[in-house]
Amino acid sequence: MERDTDIELRLLIEAIYLKYSYDFRDYSGASIKRRVHHALSQFECKTISALQERVLHDPGMFMQLLQLLTIPVSEMFRDPSHFLAIREEIVPLLRTYPSIKIWIAGCSTGEEVYSMAILLREEGLLDRTFIYATDINPRSLEKAKQGIFSLENVRTYTQNYQNAGGRRSFADYYTAAYDYAMFDKTLCQNVTFADHSLATDSVFSETQLISCRNVLIYFNKKLQDRAFGLFHESLCHRGFLVLGSKETLDFSAYGHRFEPLVKQERIYRKL
Amino acid sequence: MNQTKDRSRPPIEAIVVGASAGGVEALLRVFGHLRRGFGVPILVVLHLPDERDSQLASVFGHRLAVPVEEARDKLDIVPGTLYVATPGYHLSVEADRSLSLSLEEPVHHSRPSIDVLFESAADVYGPALLAVVLTGANDDGARGLAKVRALGGITVVQDPEEAQVSTMPEAALALHEPDHILTLQGIGQLLAGLE
Repeated sequence: MERDTDIELRLLIEAIYLKYSYDFRDYSGASIKRRVHHALSQFECKTISALQERVLHDPGMFMQLLQLLTIPVSEMFRDPSHFLAIREEIVPLLRTYPSIKIWIAGCSTGEEVYSMAILLREEGLLDRTFIYATDINPRSLEKAKQGIFSLENVRTYTQNYQNAGGRRSFADYYTAAYDYAMFDKTLCQNVTFADHSLATDSVFSETQLISCRNVLIYFNKKLQDRAFGLFHESLCHRGFLVLGSKETLDFSAYGHRFEPLVKQERIYRKL
Repeated sequence: MNQTKDRSRPPIEAIVVGASAGGVEALLRVFGHLRRGFGVPILVVLHLPDERDSQLASVFGHRLAVPVEEARDKLDIVPGTLYVATPGYHLSVEADRSLSLSLEEPVHHSRPSIDVLFESAADVYGPALLAVVLTGANDDGARGLAKVRALGGITVVQDPEEAQVSTMPEAALALHEPDHILTLQGIGQLLAGLE
């Protein structure tokens, strides 16, 4: 028999879907449960049902809850060896395309976008690259567009950048002011930030490279497969798919439709 | 009161273990009691000083009789296998008895966190779960252990007298009274005798 809180959780997720069209129904249960319980204390709700009542009748409340349901932990050049592998293994092949389209799916607050743009600029490819950076959280997208990051975090990013094979001084890419670093706007000249859900939306463009890192761990197998299906459809013949360092195609129905290029770094190529 | 032998109890279907400072040696001593063919899955969170990849799974694999794997996202839990949490990610159990990883905020400055594993496993296994808190220098695991108990599972704390660092067992004892307070040898024998 289901516990009351499990029933309430399902009803909340269903209400969010029906009212706001955000579909968390196939997210990994353990994580979503923790985040909703965290929200209960944040919003001082005694029960999930009480939270549901407020969310259902107050779109502003839903937007606040969405900030807790999505996980904006990201770093620039997170897992430096991954970016080094992109530079060494993918870039030489990307160079062969006259114009390049890249999709960064689940870009959160933009750290992956700026990392990719910096890498491409250093490789002389940024001017002929078009990047689609998508996320379900409009506030994250807004932050990504602004390109302002805490200077404290930039220290970590600098270390990562160097370990990822960065060719310049990382400080060349931002202006520091007070406790913040404002990143070079020209990095995002060819970036389109857009609202897109891997759970409910479809493919919008053909791409040569898709980066979707530390997003799929929050999906169940069914939703993961939906996302892999979109990526497969979007990628050109022999296009590249890069995942987070603990994410894999191994358990997916799409596993046999990609081949590992650098397995350790979760870099795959469409077959 | 020996709950593990109580006939009215459901059999134990999973074991979760948390350890921090002094944990590698303690875990090896506990799991050294297990023989090949041990039929209950074991999930382990060990705090490590940084988030880099560890060789823990291969170290354990070489020294233990049970099969050892690094816990991977979406992996189905196989009875008898020992899963070691991957550094830098929280480890949870899903309702379909598979594993999931997450980059949510650290809990008690720890990722993976023992509380996160214990609480998610308690939700799934309820009274069929056995949870163990070993040596460590912080209070991760205490809240998780209390939840395991609240949902009917069996709780075990390493005797703080014996623990290399007693903070974690003491924090667990401060929050609730476990079913067993045992030495590493006692814990090893308890686990080995589950079948």
